[in-house]
Amino acid sequence: MSERNDLPPDHDHWLVRPHNIRKLWIVFIAILALTVLAEFIWHPHPHFTLDRIFGFGAWFGFLACVGLVAFAKVLGVLLKRKDTYYE
Amino acid sequence: MSDFVLPPGVVLIIAAAAMMLAPRAWRAPILLVAPLLALGLIWALPDGPALQIAFLGHTLTPVTADALSRVFATIFAIMAFGGGLFALNQEKTAELASAYLYAGSAIGVAMAGDLVTVFVFWEVMAIGSTLVVWMGGEGARASGLRYAAIHFLGGVLLMAGIAGYVAETGSVAFTAMDVGTIATWLMLIGFLINAGAPPLAAWLPDAYPEASWSGTVFLSAFTTKTAVYVLMRGFPGTDILVPIGLFMIFYGIIYAILENDMRRILAYSIVNQVGFMVTGIGIGTEMALNGAAAHAFAHIIYKALLLMSAGSVLYMTGKRNCTELGGLFRTMPLTCICGTIGAFAISAFPLTSGFVSKSMISDAAAKEHLEFVWYLLAAASAGVFLHAGIKFPWFVFFQKDSGMRPPDPPWNMRWAMVFFAALCIGLGVYPQPLYAMLPYPVDYVPYTGAHVIFQLQLLLFSGLAFFLLLGWLKRTETITLDVDWFWRAFGKLLAQEFDLRSGLAWQGLVGNVNQAMGRFVRALYRLYGPQGALGRTWPTGQMAFWTTVLLVGFLIVEYI
Repeated sequence: MSERNDLPPDHDHWLVRPHNIRKLWIVFIAILALTVLAEFIWHPHPHFTLDRIFGFGAWFGFLACVGLVAFAKVLGVLLKRKDTYYE
Repeated sequence: MSDFVLPPGVVLIIAAAAMMLAPRAWRAPILLVAPLLALGLIWALPDGPALQIAFLGHTLTPVTADALSRVFATIFAIMAFGGGLFALNQEKTAELASAYLYAGSAIGVAMAGDLVTVFVFWEVMAIGSTLVVWMGGEGARASGLRYAAIHFLGGVLLMAGIAGYVAETGSVAFTAMDVGTIATWLMLIGFLINAGAPPLAAWLPDAYPEASWSGTVFLSAFTTKTAVYVLMRGFPGTDILVPIGLFMIFYGIIYAILENDMRRILAYSIVNQVGFMVTGIGIGTEMALNGAAAHAFAHIIYKALLLMSAGSVLYMTGKRNCTELGGLFRTMPLTCICGTIGAFAISAFPLTSGFVSKSMISDAAAKEHLEFVWYLLAAASAGVFLHAGIKFPWFVFFQKDSGMRPPDPPWNMRWAMVFFAALCIGLGVYPQPLYAMLPYPVDYVPYTGAHVIFQLQLLLFSGLAFFLLLGWLKRTETITLDVDWFWRAFGKLLAQEFDLRSGLAWQGLVGNVNQAMGRFVRALYRLYGPQGALGRTWPTGQMAFWTTVLLVGFLIVEYI
């Protein structure tokens, strides 16, 4: 194992340089937009009611994750303990 | 059928014994050849019973084959090979022997044609896996004991169920059953305990992450997936499995979100993934059962791959918590790429094995018009990407710079990861060989434009949610209490309380006895002590006087 890397972020690995992270976000948002717009070309085949709404996968996936994280957060308040609890 | 057939699982059990006895130099060839030999035997067996023996008036069928047996036995053998390759440099031969005993008995369950054979291999599996946990070292002792206790409880319930079932039906054959009697319920509960179903699921995240860097890789594959196999064989289409499976799915996600230990994250995610399979078995249509079998096959590979990459990080850094890790992508690129491929496969990204298997289960739910189940499965797919798909690689390989610069692990560990990563992508790109192995004919096209777009939306927007909520997801040095609290802490509290009360009662009892004894001794002393009436030495005159009184008494009595 070599020494700790004390280079400033601008000289570290390209993936962690701040201006590249900004570019990655732009690319990511562009891909997000494309997946939603793609519905105009490949029409979805809805099975039920909610999935008839435009961009179902996008908004449903996003909201499901927000809901899960929020629920976990509440549960964590009740059930989280120091990791030495059982020792 | 009079010909002797070597049961494929027994090959690995013999290999386990051979490893312990043979010189160290033979260990690597045994580890690599035995699973391939077992795989060859599995595929050489024609459909139908291959070995039958009479036992207590019943005909046992220790080895039988059909498509369902074969798909599970095949993936167990492949897993043993990949795990064996990954663990070639494991110091403890006993761990590897235990792992092969465990893998061999899992194949034994998958090829068993009767309930007695299932039970025997089931218990050997419990022993083998407990030994694997124990090889994790000092810290694994208590977890291993708790693990063994839960599995032997499951074994007892299963045995009672089998005994009742055989008494009721007079048959030992292992076929589809109805849950109508106490006996079949006991068997179902015994199976579900091994699947990681509520309320005892906590045994899994308690024990698996305590094993060694290689032990957890083996543990992730066999116990829960053998349970999936026996549920598919014994209880397909049992309605209660749908809510049980859905509970497991969300339990796994929520606890994994809160977890800090990278291997505990992956352990909770095993419960989550097995939940998808249990739901599929509960739906019970041919498509759902195919989906559950395919998902078990794909899951064993990508979960082992994820735990191999976590095991490599643990092996190289000695660290297991997200709070201590990060930034390892710089110097462990191969581990990072393979771990990320596993993470994408578990999330069912298009072009990975998870996509071609998991979508069969949700599409089966849609075909059965289970609207609510379908929504929950879709939400869960998003949640899988959140808790395992991004969380694991992000916190281990990216997030902050931990300052550690370990290289990738030794060659055998790297090749094992490359092999399983190739399988994840290979099955995703070309699923036909997997579909051809499934128990029912497959009429399913995973890659349609609408399906791929839906899945990409679902996953990528989950990714967006992950990065936007990163502040809430930041790991802390905490654990989250689970039901194992009842037997790890509540039991202790109860014992302490009982200890206190029984201590007080005992003290009271001892005090009373002491007082009584004291009174007795003091009374004796009063009568017989130096001052006691009966303890004094009596003068001769007094003796003569009392003798005379006695004699006079006699005389009077004589004359009356």
